[in-house]
Amino acid sequence: MSDLVTIFVDGIELQVEQGATVVDASKRVDVDIPVFCHHPKLEPVGMCRMCLVEIGMPMRDRATGEPVLEEDGSPQINWGRGLQTGCTVRVADGMRVRTTTDVVDEARENVIEFLLTSHPLDCPICDKGGECPLQNLTMAHGLGESAFDFDSKMQNEKHVPLGELIFLDRERCIQCARCTRFQDEIADDPVIGFHNRGRALEIVTLSDPGFDSYWSGNTTDICPVGALTTADFRFGARPWELIPVASISPHGPEGANITMSTRQEAKSGGRVVIKRIMPRQNELVNEIWISDHTRFVHHFADAADRLTKPLIRKGGVLVETDWDTALTTVAEKLQAAGSSAAGLSGDRPSNEDLFAFQKLFRQGLKSHHIDLAASRIAGGDVTAQVGIASGSNLLDLGRGDVIVVVASDLHEEAPIWWLRVKQAAERGAQLVVLNVRPTRLDKFATHLVHYPVGEAVATVRQLLGAAQISDGASDQIGKIAEAIVGATNVVAFYGYEGLTYAETDVLAKSLANLLQVKNSDGHSHVGRVNNGLIAVWPHNNTQGAWDMGIHPALAPGYQSVDQPGRSAAEIYSGVQDGTVQTLFVMAADPVGDGLMNGRGLLDFLVVQELFLTETAKVADVVLPAQSWAERDGTFTNGERRVQRYYPAIQPVGESRPDWQIIEQIGHKMGLDKPHFAASLVFKKGIAAGVPQYSDMDYRSIAKVEKQYPDVGGEDLYYGGTSYENKHGLGQQWTSAAESGDVAMFTVPDVTPSAAGALPVIRTAALYTPGTLINRSDVLSPRMAQPTLHLHAADADRLSIATGDAVIVSVNGQSLQLSAHVNGAAPQGLALINGVSYAAGVLDAKIETA
Amino acid sequence: MIDGIVELLRGMGITLSHLFKKPVTYQYPEEKRPVRYRFKGRHELKRYDNGLEKCIGCSLCAAACPADAIFVEASENTDAERFSPGERYASTYEINMLRCIFCGFCEDACPTEAIVLEDKYELSFYDRASAIYTKEMLIVPVPEGGQDTPQITEPGMFDRSIPDMENPK
Repeated sequence: MSDLVTIFVDGIELQVEQGATVVDASKRVDVDIPVFCHHPKLEPVGMCRMCLVEIGMPMRDRATGEPVLEEDGSPQINWGRGLQTGCTVRVADGMRVRTTTDVVDEARENVIEFLLTSHPLDCPICDKGGECPLQNLTMAHGLGESAFDFDSKMQNEKHVPLGELIFLDRERCIQCARCTRFQDEIADDPVIGFHNRGRALEIVTLSDPGFDSYWSGNTTDICPVGALTTADFRFGARPWELIPVASISPHGPEGANITMSTRQEAKSGGRVVIKRIMPRQNELVNEIWISDHTRFVHHFADAADRLTKPLIRKGGVLVETDWDTALTTVAEKLQAAGSSAAGLSGDRPSNEDLFAFQKLFRQGLKSHHIDLAASRIAGGDVTAQVGIASGSNLLDLGRGDVIVVVASDLHEEAPIWWLRVKQAAERGAQLVVLNVRPTRLDKFATHLVHYPVGEAVATVRQLLGAAQISDGASDQIGKIAEAIVGATNVVAFYGYEGLTYAETDVLAKSLANLLQVKNSDGHSHVGRVNNGLIAVWPHNNTQGAWDMGIHPALAPGYQSVDQPGRSAAEIYSGVQDGTVQTLFVMAADPVGDGLMNGRGLLDFLVVQELFLTETAKVADVVLPAQSWAERDGTFTNGERRVQRYYPAIQPVGESRPDWQIIEQIGHKMGLDKPHFAASLVFKKGIAAGVPQYSDMDYRSIAKVEKQYPDVGGEDLYYGGTSYENKHGLGQQWTSAAESGDVAMFTVPDVTPSAAGALPVIRTAALYTPGTLINRSDVLSPRMAQPTLHLHAADADRLSIATGDAVIVSVNGQSLQLSAHVNGAAPQGLALINGVSYAAGVLDAKIETA
Repeated sequence: MIDGIVELLRGMGITLSHLFKKPVTYQYPEEKRPVRYRFKGRHELKRYDNGLEKCIGCSLCAAACPADAIFVEASENTDAERFSPGERYASTYEINMLRCIFCGFCEDACPTEAIVLEDKYELSFYDRASAIYTKEMLIVPVPEGGQDTPQITEPGMFDRSIPDMENPK
């Protein structure tokens, strides 16, 4: 480690890597240099002057270059003429830093005094009061009195909405630029900026709608004062009254670590409610950031229309009943159906729920007819083999590494991954983006391929061919193949945009084979740390659903079954033609999603849900489940990291955890007694039944270790109000490739879905209306509207202009959309956005309304 | 012996003299003694002269309370529906009088002098629930010339929660 330098902070000797700032280095030995504008995740600017310290360097003789020594043999130190900002000065060998001298103290007092001349000191009503860096540093370093005239205090507007989500209090702003720098450097959404100068300076939003960014909530976390607050939490409670509960985001495959702040409220009738969602540091997953989707979509847990009691159909209508009647009915009906009973699950429930679900069918009913209700993307079996190796961290990717993103708009589908991929590209990693249309990642791509419609699979196959031959072809595909094979580390993401399920399977296997191509040193890109495949799953626990065996042909742990059951598609057709008589649907809404046409010829339909969905409305028995906020469990993220979440609020009504309901049904059918806790389902069920999870239990998943940079701890000024991780970093299970060579996959053939005159694909939007997001009123103005994006040439041909109402008929459904001609769509391809999922390239008919 | 009798008579004389003095006892509850200036009795939530509530729902009283007797929940003011100056007001304000120890820390913590321990001391209840004093029970009547809350106010008139500080003399 040649790039370590030795410095002395207040006499403490420490070794830090070259390039660290004095502030960050001092933090290593718990010397806190106070800061406002500095943030360990942002480039230093030295704007607030709070970090002034004395910095000295050993003197050298100008003539000889030899160190000048004191009489006692120690080096003579040149302390310079004044104070320097610790956040902008980088460490150098032999550097001395003094942080506690009188002159430093006086400088800090002056800075605080000066900041407070323009600060309203309305801490009693400020949402930041109690977790405010300015408050804390004033208490620590403030003088307590001021030489300034109170009458000259600047008075500014206190209620400036920067869009619908974030409010600005101009008075409180201390002009540290953390928010604008975050938006520029990290979120790449430079939609807020400084306007005017001096005391008239204000933060303005430059976008329409205001503060148009998926990351806006993070600026309120890192704001060192209460200038930026969220519309969702505004005046919700004082920070010290809130009870923090560690949790995992129930949206998206990244598995962002969050903390739910809860409080018992009179407004909510005395219930404990979630007041806000804050990020929890996990440098391996989401660092200290969360998207606004994760931050604001929590209201569904407290929604008034949650199911509170079991419902049973009597005389054609659903009426409330007691648990015992409901469970007995379900158990009897399922047992009567026996091995012909079918089960469909969503990919949102916890591993415990999913494991219990498949156990009920496989062991209780001897039925393999279970599948995910809405399978969009295949490849769980592939990522189990060659998925990103355990111990990997996207934060470690940089120069010499390659990241491949195929058929996915990460910004909309998995924003945290978008952020981390983008940052890796900025650190020097080569980014290969293959997509049918332009996305937000294109800007950072080293190699960009917009393949023609329907040729995603063909393009990846071409790439694989080029990699295997490695003839140094000079065309673009050849260059990409060369970059991938020659890279130190390769991580490949694949999604499902414009692809059918079968196509994603081919895509996953082709990419897996591509990663397995050995370079000249004999290394492949699987089974090594920071290498491997990541599927951009549609939901938070799709990976877990694969692992737990929610698949007609794969039992838990990817063990193949002798006689595969019906897939979801076969179950849906069976419902229509009467071959499936009994169906159990958990946490999914196939009727609402248009996958199942009513209840068909079903004899018995049981639905386990949070809300009375379209499917639940036609069910015979509806079982109220608890949301993730009401109980504990584990989710497995797209990097196969198993993470725990904890109960935050009381159960709504009589709702029960999914796994408990299922085990109670199972018990009535003669299976084991229900477990007492989710932890036991994990220990006795999952750890024993899923080989990949055998070395895990709730304790090992909850292990924490010290993380750098040290943010979110007691010293709020350093990193903002993201929470310290005290409840577990999770545990990644090892892919097959890590414990031995895996064979190349046989890639099946697939015919791309047929395209009409103008092919149409459905693209993802983070704020697509849905069961959960619709219950967060704060996001309603930002919800993705049903839109048809057209290229200008195509729009001309169809004589459609921006703003026109159009009707698009897709798979027999007609969608009312508003047309947009704005460059989002390439020529010859139309995009539909803000509508529910539709697979593959759609043969759609576009008409003006 | 004589001395003893004299002392005895003198003592009885004092007793006798008290028969003709005004008694110091009060016939409570028919007769009530006024409380002292610094007496700390039941709390009141004060109003400004125009009727706006002084309480801004900051919850500092609840934070200062050693008995955890106070519960505050805040909401946002608008000019169309204004309860207090500034952006924040207490939509729920409850004191559990069974818990309160009348220490007055809440008064000290209050940045707007909204909560004051006044002179009412007759606090007895038949059940625990009635010991919880709500905002409606604690708040003082609207002063003469003032308006009840919520008020409709002109924009920009009342955008400051806390009265401006004065220069130290």
